[in-house]
Amino acid sequence: MPTNLVAILYLLSALLFIFALRGLSNPETSRRGNIFGMFGMFIAIFTTLMFKSVLSYVEIGSAILVGGAIGTFIALRIQMTALPQLVAAFHSLVGLAAVFVAAAAFFDPVSFNIGNFGAIAMSSLIEMSIGTFIGAVTFSGSVLAFGKLQGTISGKPIVFNFQHTLNAIIFIIIILLIVFFVKNQSSTIFWSIVLISILLGFLIVIPIGGADMPVVVSMLNSYSGWAACGIGFTLSNNLLIITGALVGASGAILSYIMSKGMNRSIINVVLGGFGGEQNNISDNENLDKIIKQGNAEDAAYILKNADSVIIVPGYGMAVAQAQHALREMGDILKKEGIQVRYAIHPVAGRMPGHMNVLLAEANVPYEEVLELEEINHDFPMTEVSFVIGANDVTNPAAKTDESSPIFGMPILDVERSQTVLFVKRSMATGYSGVDNELFYRDNTTMLFGDAKKMCENIVKSLN
Amino acid sequence: MEAHSSEIFVIGLTVFVLACIIGYYVVWSVTPALHSPLMGVTNAISSVIIVGAILAAGPSDYNLAKIFGLIGVILASVNIFGGFIVTYRMLSMFKKKSKKRKEES
Repeated sequence: MPTNLVAILYLLSALLFIFALRGLSNPETSRRGNIFGMFGMFIAIFTTLMFKSVLSYVEIGSAILVGGAIGTFIALRIQMTALPQLVAAFHSLVGLAAVFVAAAAFFDPVSFNIGNFGAIAMSSLIEMSIGTFIGAVTFSGSVLAFGKLQGTISGKPIVFNFQHTLNAIIFIIIILLIVFFVKNQSSTIFWSIVLISILLGFLIVIPIGGADMPVVVSMLNSYSGWAACGIGFTLSNNLLIITGALVGASGAILSYIMSKGMNRSIINVVLGGFGGEQNNISDNENLDKIIKQGNAEDAAYILKNADSVIIVPGYGMAVAQAQHALREMGDILKKEGIQVRYAIHPVAGRMPGHMNVLLAEANVPYEEVLELEEINHDFPMTEVSFVIGANDVTNPAAKTDESSPIFGMPILDVERSQTVLFVKRSMATGYSGVDNELFYRDNTTMLFGDAKKMCENIVKSLN
Repeated sequence: MEAHSSEIFVIGLTVFVLACIIGYYVVWSVTPALHSPLMGVTNAISSVIIVGAILAAGPSDYNLAKIFGLIGVILASVNIFGGFIVTYRMLSMFKKKSKKRKEES
């Protein structure tokens, strides 16, 4: 295939990827966008297979079939509540693939037109080692994030002395190794870069706690894009550079939105350690305060007599898989002529947009699901706020208590509605470790129990 | 030779910077409700790295690089199929309701 034709087909593929992202501006156009993306990928793979140097169709075809079968199987079977883990696992594969491609380019530079083994151009070596470094960090960081999200590893942040100094030293070692690698092109040094970068990836994610996972997942998304970029530079392949930059930018913007949702800088999240210590002092303070406790019948009565209800879901809803029971409850209320809407905090759940997908899965029309800015001013006109599995994102201390760790975080103003129903398993604090004064307010009724069971019982009482 | 490779680098850099800017504007236009599908689809397209893996796996004689390439092809394929399919699943859920809604109204 002539070089210019290849370049044009790659350009077409890159354009289709851009349209794939562009389609996501609206649920109506998003599916078409996804199909554009698939086409783009097909063109990219097909064009590459047409290269003169590509001869082993059987092996490559089998490899695509094996990988494709595994991917299809996982993607079809995964539960929507487990999406964050799945995305983390997928990121780790991109990282690992980047390392393998870089390694292949190092051992067989002729196939990539970047020189001969042991005599690779300096710029290619630098790009290659940066791609390897980012790829390896993405790999191990994502594996650890996967473990934390899956629950195989404790979600608690692990913090120790001189953690950041250690990371900085490791980073400097990697830079020095890259310098040596460029100078003498030794394979030992190449593998050392890989191993030490893997170590660094672990160390970066270790101090980050469960509630900060949306930021970490977005950050790793971004890294996987930069890794692809690094490889793109190595191979002087514009398609890889463009796609990597799109993905990198996407992850970076998501990380920014998520950390803004917590009123923290990305640096602060990355340095980690948030949400580890329990706040015992305020627990004692609140010992003599009274909470009002209710059961499903009380809740059903309150909901039935309201004109408007706003439901505030959080990670607890995902854990309890309560979205279907919740939607059922919403449907009954709607039939009674009650206005039912859902309010989503940007950091609710464990990945960006997590709640929206779960509600969509339960067939909640997306027109009824609103973002914080869209709905926050409606709480004073709302009779009942139904908080299910969310905690920190409703804590008024974020507005009033300057000493609170979550001070300044934008919250959903549920306390402004006439009544707050709070579904919760126990009085335990949220991930920030901060007590929620909302529990002790006169207009709050606590509904203790499993979120799913509670919704089902409310549905029973409503009927 | 040196001058040539630095020229290539500058072309790559130009493409990179422009792509970052396109990415910036395109991603900000994504509605927050679709941030999870956005992660799914970016995950799938970042596996375009398969292009590099195919080139490495291309030669007919076996060597270390070819094996690395084939592993890369497998890993990237898991992502491509997995990423697009899981995104499709997510997006079809968003689709279902609005259809239902139209029927209702």
